[in-house]
Amino acid sequence: MKHPRVPRLALFLLALACCLLLAGCQHHEALPFKLTRISGHMPDLQFRLTDDNGKTVTADDYRGKVVLLYFGYTHCPDVCPLTLAHLHVVMQQLGKQADEVRILFVSVDPTRDTPQVLHEYVRAFDKHTVGLTGSAGAIEALTKRYRAAFSREPSGKDGNYEVSHSSAIYVFDRDGHASVLSTPITPQADLVHDLKLLLDSGD
Amino acid sequence: MRRIAILLAGLLVAGLAHADAGTAVKASHAWIRVLPGNLPAGAYVVLHNDGAKPLALTGADTAAYGEAMLHESSATGGVSRMRAIDALPIPAHGTRTLAPGGYHLMLMDAKHPVHPGAKIRITLKFDDGSTLLVDFLARPASALSDKD
Ligand SMILES: [Cu+2]
Repeated sequence: MKHPRVPRLALFLLALACCLLLAGCQHHEALPFKLTRISGHMPDLQFRLTDDNGKTVTADDYRGKVVLLYFGYTHCPDVCPLTLAHLHVVMQQLGKQADEVRILFVSVDPTRDTPQVLHEYVRAFDKHTVGLTGSAGAIEALTKRYRAAFSREPSGKDGNYEVSHSSAIYVFDRDGHASVLSTPITPQADLVHDLKLLLDSGD
Repeated sequence: MRRIAILLAGLLVAGLAHADAGTAVKASHAWIRVLPGNLPAGAYVVLHNDGAKPLALTGADTAAYGEAMLHESSATGGVSRMRAIDALPIPAHGTRTLAPGGYHLMLMDAKHPVHPGAKIRITLKFDDGSTLLVDFLARPASALSDKD
Protein backbone atom coordinates (compact mmCIF):
# COMPACT_ATOMS: atom_id res chain seq x y z
CA MET A 1 0.00 0.00 0.00
CA LYS A 2 2.73 2.52 -0.92
CA HIS A 3 0.77 3.95 -3.83
CA PRO A 4 -0.79 7.01 -2.16
CA ARG A 5 2.60 8.11 -0.82
CA VAL A 6 4.14 8.72 -4.24
CA PRO A 7 1.74 11.42 -5.47
CA ARG A 8 1.93 13.06 -2.06
CA LEU A 9 5.73 13.21 -2.28
CA ALA A 10 5.57 14.46 -5.86
CA LEU A 11 3.09 17.13 -4.79
CA PHE A 12 5.35 18.18 -1.92
CA LEU A 13 8.38 18.40 -4.25
CA LEU A 14 6.38 20.38 -6.77
CA ALA A 15 5.23 22.79 -4.07
CA LEU A 16 8.81 23.15 -2.84
CA ALA A 17 10.05 23.82 -6.37
CA CYS A 18 7.37 26.48 -6.83
CA CYS A 19 8.32 28.17 -3.57
CA LEU A 20 11.98 28.21 -4.50
CA LEU A 21 11.17 29.52 -7.97
CA LEU A 22 8.96 32.30 -6.60
CA ALA A 23 11.49 33.31 -3.97
CA GLY A 24 14.19 33.24 -6.63
CA CYS A 25 12.19 35.45 -8.94
CA GLN A 26 11.61 37.99 -6.23
CA HIS A 27 15.34 38.44 -5.73
CA HIS A 28 16.31 37.66 -9.33
CA GLU A 29 18.77 35.05 -8.08
CA ALA A 30 17.28 32.59 -10.53
CA LEU A 31 17.14 34.84 -13.58
CA PRO A 32 20.00 34.13 -16.00
CA PHE A 33 20.92 37.74 -16.77
CA LYS A 34 23.56 38.51 -19.40
CA LEU A 35 24.45 41.97 -18.05
CA THR A 36 26.23 42.90 -14.83
CA ARG A 37 23.94 42.04 -11.90
CA ILE A 38 23.51 44.88 -9.40
CA SER A 39 20.66 43.45 -7.32
CA GLY A 40 21.61 43.78 -3.67
CA HIS A 41 24.44 46.21 -4.50
CA MET A 42 22.36 49.23 -5.45
CA PRO A 43 19.37 50.67 -3.56
CA ASP A 44 15.77 50.63 -4.82
CA LEU A 45 14.66 53.39 -7.18
CA GLN A 46 13.73 56.48 -5.18
CA PHE A 47 13.43 60.12 -6.25
CA ARG A 48 11.20 63.17 -6.34
CA LEU A 49 11.71 65.17 -9.56
CA THR A 50 9.80 67.10 -12.25
CA ASP A 51 8.88 65.29 -15.47
CA ASP A 52 8.96 66.80 -18.97
CA ASN A 53 5.31 67.81 -18.64
CA GLY A 54 6.18 69.91 -15.58
CA LYS A 55 4.54 67.46 -13.17
CA THR A 56 6.14 66.41 -9.86
CA VAL A 57 6.81 62.68 -9.98
CA THR A 58 8.33 60.09 -7.65
CA ALA A 59 9.67 56.58 -8.21
CA ASP A 60 6.28 55.23 -7.10
CA ASP A 61 4.73 56.61 -10.30
CA TYR A 62 6.79 54.05 -12.28
CA ARG A 63 6.10 50.99 -10.10
CA GLY A 64 4.77 48.22 -12.29
CA LYS A 65 7.08 49.22 -15.15
CA VAL A 66 10.58 47.98 -15.83
CA VAL A 67 12.72 51.15 -15.62
CA LEU A 68 15.90 52.14 -17.43
CA LEU A 69 17.62 55.02 -15.61
CA TYR A 70 20.15 57.12 -17.52
CA PHE A 71 21.88 60.37 -16.55
CA GLY A 72 22.63 62.87 -19.33
CA TYR A 73 21.93 66.37 -20.64
CA THR A 74 20.45 67.78 -23.82
CA HIS A 75 23.49 69.89 -24.82
CA CYS A 76 25.44 66.64 -25.14
CA PRO A 77 25.60 66.22 -28.93
CA ASP A 78 27.25 62.82 -29.17
CA VAL A 79 27.05 60.18 -26.44
CA CYS A 80 23.62 61.00 -24.95
CA PRO A 81 21.78 60.90 -28.32
CA LEU A 82 23.73 57.79 -29.28
CA THR A 83 22.64 56.05 -26.06
CA LEU A 84 19.00 57.12 -26.51
CA ALA A 85 19.06 56.05 -30.19
CA HIS A 86 20.37 52.63 -29.14
CA LEU A 87 17.66 52.36 -26.49
CA HIS A 88 15.07 53.20 -29.16
CA VAL A 89 16.25 50.18 -31.16
CA VAL A 90 16.06 48.03 -28.01
CA MET A 91 12.49 49.22 -27.39
CA GLN A 92 11.53 48.42 -30.99
CA GLN A 93 12.88 44.91 -30.51
CA LEU A 94 10.68 44.45 -27.43
CA GLY A 95 7.60 45.06 -29.57
CA LYS A 96 4.38 45.48 -27.58
CA GLN A 97 6.22 44.74 -24.33
CA ALA A 98 7.98 48.09 -24.68
CA ASP A 99 4.79 49.65 -23.27
CA GLU A 100 5.73 48.02 -19.95
CA VAL A 101 9.13 49.79 -19.93
CA ARG A 102 10.09 53.41 -19.18
CA ILE A 103 13.37 55.09 -20.03
CA LEU A 104 14.02 57.79 -17.41
CA PHE A 105 16.45 60.38 -18.80
CA VAL A 106 17.58 62.38 -15.76
CA SER A 107 19.25 65.69 -16.60
CA VAL A 108 22.54 66.45 -14.86
CA ASP A 109 22.23 69.99 -16.28
CA PRO A 110 19.02 71.31 -14.65
CA THR A 111 20.06 74.94 -15.33
CA ARG A 112 19.60 74.53 -19.09
CA ASP A 113 17.27 71.53 -19.14
CA THR A 114 13.82 72.88 -18.36
CA PRO A 115 10.84 70.52 -18.66
CA GLN A 116 10.00 72.14 -22.03
CA VAL A 117 13.50 71.55 -23.46
CA LEU A 118 13.46 67.98 -22.15
CA HIS A 119 9.98 67.33 -23.57
CA GLU A 120 11.01 68.11 -27.14
CA TYR A 121 14.28 66.24 -26.67
CA VAL A 122 12.97 62.91 -25.36
CA ARG A 123 10.12 62.87 -27.90
CA ALA A 124 12.73 62.88 -30.67
CA PHE A 125 13.92 59.43 -29.60
CA ASP A 126 11.38 57.01 -28.16
CA LYS A 127 7.84 57.56 -26.90
CA HIS A 128 8.56 55.47 -23.78
CA THR A 129 11.13 58.02 -22.62
CA VAL A 130 10.48 60.47 -19.79
CA GLY A 131 12.75 63.48 -19.23
CA LEU A 132 13.32 64.30 -15.56
CA THR A 133 14.80 67.43 -14.04
CA GLY A 134 14.70 69.13 -10.64
CA SER A 135 16.67 71.11 -8.12
CA ALA A 136 20.45 70.72 -8.17
CA GLY A 137 20.15 69.08 -4.75
CA ALA A 138 17.55 66.50 -5.81
CA ILE A 139 19.60 65.54 -8.87
CA GLU A 140 22.81 65.30 -6.91
CA ALA A 141 21.10 63.09 -4.33
CA LEU A 142 19.93 60.70 -7.07
CA THR A 143 23.34 60.52 -8.76
CA LYS A 144 25.00 59.88 -5.38
CA ARG A 145 22.48 57.14 -4.62
CA TYR A 146 23.70 55.27 -7.70
CA ARG A 147 27.34 56.41 -7.46
CA ALA A 148 26.95 58.20 -10.79
CA ALA A 149 29.29 61.18 -10.45
CA PHE A 150 29.01 64.17 -12.76
CA SER A 151 30.92 67.43 -13.11
CA ARG A 152 30.62 70.60 -15.13
CA GLU A 153 33.54 71.43 -17.43
CA PRO A 154 33.93 74.78 -19.24
CA SER A 155 34.32 74.52 -23.02
CA GLY A 156 34.59 76.90 -25.95
CA LYS A 157 33.56 80.51 -25.72
CA ASP A 158 30.43 82.32 -24.49
CA GLY A 159 30.49 80.50 -21.14
CA ASN A 160 29.47 77.21 -22.74
CA TYR A 161 30.13 74.10 -20.73
CA GLU A 162 30.00 70.34 -21.02
CA VAL A 163 28.99 67.95 -18.27
CA SER A 164 30.94 64.75 -17.84
CA HIS A 165 28.61 62.10 -16.47
CA SER A 166 28.18 58.40 -15.77
CA SER A 167 27.66 56.39 -18.96
CA ALA A 168 25.77 53.61 -17.16
CA ILE A 169 22.15 52.59 -17.70
CA TYR A 170 20.61 51.22 -14.49
CA VAL A 171 17.83 48.68 -14.96
CA PHE A 172 15.12 48.25 -12.30
CA ASP A 173 12.42 45.60 -12.08
CA ARG A 174 8.69 46.35 -11.79
CA ASP A 175 9.05 46.74 -8.01
CA GLY A 176 11.86 49.29 -8.30
CA HIS A 177 14.61 46.88 -7.27
CA ALA A 178 17.98 47.47 -8.97
CA SER A 179 18.62 44.52 -11.30
CA VAL A 180 21.35 44.94 -13.92
CA LEU A 181 23.72 47.56 -15.29
CA SER A 182 24.05 48.30 -19.00
CA THR A 183 26.69 50.48 -20.70
CA PRO A 184 26.93 52.17 -24.12
CA ILE A 185 29.04 49.26 -25.39
CA THR A 186 26.69 46.54 -24.13
CA PRO A 187 25.36 44.53 -27.11
CA GLN A 188 21.72 45.51 -27.73
CA ALA A 189 20.72 41.84 -27.85
CA ASP A 190 21.97 41.32 -24.27
CA LEU A 191 19.93 44.23 -22.96
CA VAL A 192 16.85 43.00 -24.87
CA HIS A 193 17.42 39.54 -23.37
CA ASP A 194 17.56 40.82 -19.78
CA LEU A 195 14.61 43.18 -20.22
CA LYS A 196 12.51 40.26 -21.49
CA LEU A 197 13.50 38.21 -18.42
CA LEU A 198 12.38 41.06 -16.16
CA LEU A 199 9.18 41.64 -18.16
CA ASP A 200 8.25 37.95 -18.12
CA SER A 201 9.05 37.33 -14.43
CA GLY A 202 6.50 38.06 -11.74
CA ASP A 203 3.21 39.92 -12.15
CA MET B 1 35.58 73.23 -82.98
CA ARG B 2 36.51 69.84 -81.57
CA ARG B 3 39.82 71.24 -80.31
CA ILE B 4 37.97 73.96 -78.42
CA ALA B 5 35.66 71.38 -76.86
CA ILE B 6 38.65 69.37 -75.63
CA LEU B 7 40.27 72.52 -74.31
CA LEU B 8 37.08 73.49 -72.49
CA ALA B 9 36.73 70.00 -71.05
CA GLY B 10 40.31 70.18 -69.83
CA LEU B 11 39.70 73.54 -68.16
CA LEU B 12 36.54 72.19 -66.53
CA VAL B 13 38.39 69.20 -65.04
CA ALA B 14 41.17 71.49 -63.78
CA GLY B 15 38.54 73.80 -62.29
CA LEU B 16 36.78 70.98 -60.42
CA ALA B 17 40.03 69.68 -58.98
CA HIS B 18 40.91 73.18 -57.88
CA ALA B 19 37.67 73.56 -55.92
CA ASP B 20 39.00 71.08 -53.35
CA ALA B 21 42.35 72.89 -53.12
CA GLY B 22 44.27 69.78 -54.11
CA THR B 23 43.58 67.71 -51.01
CA ALA B 24 44.40 64.02 -51.01
CA VAL B 25 41.43 63.32 -48.74
CA LYS B 26 38.13 61.84 -49.90
CA ALA B 27 35.00 61.93 -47.75
CA SER B 28 32.05 59.53 -47.57
CA HIS B 29 29.09 58.71 -45.27
CA ALA B 30 28.83 62.33 -44.11
CA TRP B 31 25.85 63.01 -41.84
CA ILE B 32 24.63 65.17 -38.98
CA ARG B 33 22.44 64.09 -36.07
CA VAL B 34 19.88 66.88 -35.76
CA LEU B 35 18.48 67.51 -32.26
CA PRO B 36 15.36 69.53 -31.42
CA GLY B 37 15.47 73.27 -30.82
CA ASN B 38 18.88 74.81 -31.23
CA LEU B 39 20.83 72.11 -29.39
CA PRO B 40 24.37 71.37 -30.58
CA ALA B 41 24.60 68.64 -33.23
CA GLY B 42 27.24 65.98 -33.91
CA ALA B 43 28.61 65.59 -37.46
CA TYR B 44 30.20 62.37 -38.67
CA VAL B 45 32.18 61.35 -41.77
CA VAL B 46 34.62 58.75 -43.08
CA LEU B 47 37.87 60.31 -44.35
CA HIS B 48 40.25 58.48 -46.65
CA ASN B 49 43.75 59.78 -47.37
CA ASP B 50 44.73 58.81 -50.94
CA GLY B 51 48.15 60.41 -50.54
CA ALA B 52 51.53 58.97 -49.61
CA LYS B 53 51.94 61.46 -46.75
CA PRO B 54 50.03 61.45 -43.44
CA LEU B 55 47.58 64.34 -43.03
CA ALA B 56 45.52 65.69 -40.17
CA LEU B 57 42.04 67.21 -39.98
CA THR B 58 42.47 70.48 -38.09
CA GLY B 59 39.04 72.07 -38.22
CA ALA B 60 35.87 72.84 -40.13
CA ASP B 61 33.89 75.84 -41.34
CA THR B 62 30.27 76.14 -42.30
CA ALA B 63 27.92 79.01 -42.98
CA ALA B 64 25.06 76.98 -41.47
CA TYR B 65 26.39 77.04 -37.88
CA GLY B 66 28.09 79.65 -35.71
CA GLU B 67 30.76 77.26 -34.59
CA ALA B 68 32.20 73.88 -35.63
CA MET B 69 34.55 72.20 -33.18
CA LEU B 70 36.63 69.04 -33.50
CA HIS B 71 35.82 66.81 -30.50
CA GLU B 72 36.46 63.41 -29.05
CA SER B 73 34.05 61.55 -26.75
CA SER B 74 35.37 58.95 -24.36
CA ALA B 75 33.85 56.70 -21.70
CA THR B 76 36.80 55.57 -19.61
CA GLY B 77 36.05 54.47 -16.05
CA GLY B 78 32.33 54.53 -16.77
CA VAL B 79 32.33 58.33 -17.23
CA SER B 80 31.28 59.94 -20.52
CA ARG B 81 33.18 63.10 -21.36
CA MET B 82 34.04 65.22 -24.37
CA ARG B 83 37.22 67.13 -25.13
CA ALA B 84 38.31 69.44 -27.93
CA ILE B 85 41.18 68.23 -30.11
CA ASP B 86 43.48 70.31 -32.33
CA ALA B 87 44.27 67.76 -35.00
CA LEU B 88 43.00 64.34 -36.02
CA PRO B 89 45.67 62.36 -37.96
CA ILE B 90 44.73 60.44 -41.11
CA PRO B 91 47.48 57.96 -42.03
CA ALA B 92 48.93 57.84 -45.56
CA HIS B 93 46.69 55.61 -47.72
CA GLY B 94 44.58 55.19 -44.59
CA THR B 95 41.12 55.94 -43.23
CA ARG B 96 39.91 57.90 -40.21
CA THR B 97 36.30 57.58 -39.12
CA LEU B 98 34.35 60.21 -37.22
CA ALA B 99 31.48 58.24 -35.66
CA PRO B 100 29.05 58.50 -32.71
CA GLY B 101 30.75 57.85 -29.38
CA GLY B 102 34.19 58.90 -30.67
CA TYR B 103 35.52 61.64 -32.90
CA HIS B 104 32.97 64.14 -34.17
CA LEU B 105 32.46 67.71 -35.25
CA MET B 106 30.31 69.54 -32.76
CA LEU B 107 28.11 72.09 -34.55
CA MET B 108 26.69 74.88 -32.42
CA ASP B 109 24.30 77.76 -32.95
CA ALA B 110 22.50 76.86 -36.20
CA LYS B 111 21.88 79.99 -38.30
CA HIS B 112 18.58 78.57 -39.58
CA PRO B 113 16.62 75.53 -38.36
CA VAL B 114 18.13 72.37 -39.89
CA HIS B 115 15.61 69.67 -40.76
CA PRO B 116 16.27 65.97 -41.48
CA GLY B 117 16.83 65.46 -45.21
CA ALA B 118 18.69 68.76 -45.68
CA LYS B 119 22.24 68.85 -47.03
CA ILE B 120 24.64 71.00 -45.03
CA ARG B 121 27.89 72.13 -46.68
CA ILE B 122 30.94 71.96 -44.44
CA THR B 123 34.52 72.81 -45.42
CA LEU B 124 37.02 70.45 -43.81
CA LYS B 125 40.50 71.91 -43.23
CA PHE B 126 43.71 69.91 -43.18
CA ASP B 127 47.18 70.60 -41.77
CA ASP B 128 48.80 70.88 -45.25
CA GLY B 129 46.56 73.85 -46.00
CA SER B 130 44.23 71.91 -48.26
CA THR B 131 40.46 71.92 -47.81
CA LEU B 132 37.55 69.70 -48.80
CA LEU B 133 33.95 70.78 -49.30
CA VAL B 134 31.57 68.05 -48.11
CA ASP B 135 27.76 67.83 -48.13
CA PHE B 136 26.54 66.38 -44.82
CA LEU B 137 23.07 64.80 -44.77
CA ALA B 138 20.91 65.97 -41.86
CA ARG B 139 19.35 62.96 -40.13
CA PRO B 140 16.79 62.58 -37.31
CA ALA B 141 17.88 62.41 -33.64
CA SER B 142 17.37 58.64 -33.43
CA ALA B 143 19.54 57.87 -36.49
CA LEU B 144 22.61 55.68 -35.97
CA SER B 145 24.35 56.25 -39.32
CA ASP B 146 24.03 58.03 -42.67
CA LYS B 147 21.47 55.44 -43.84
CA ASP B 148 18.62 53.49 -42.23
CU1 LIG C 1 31.33 67.19 -28.74
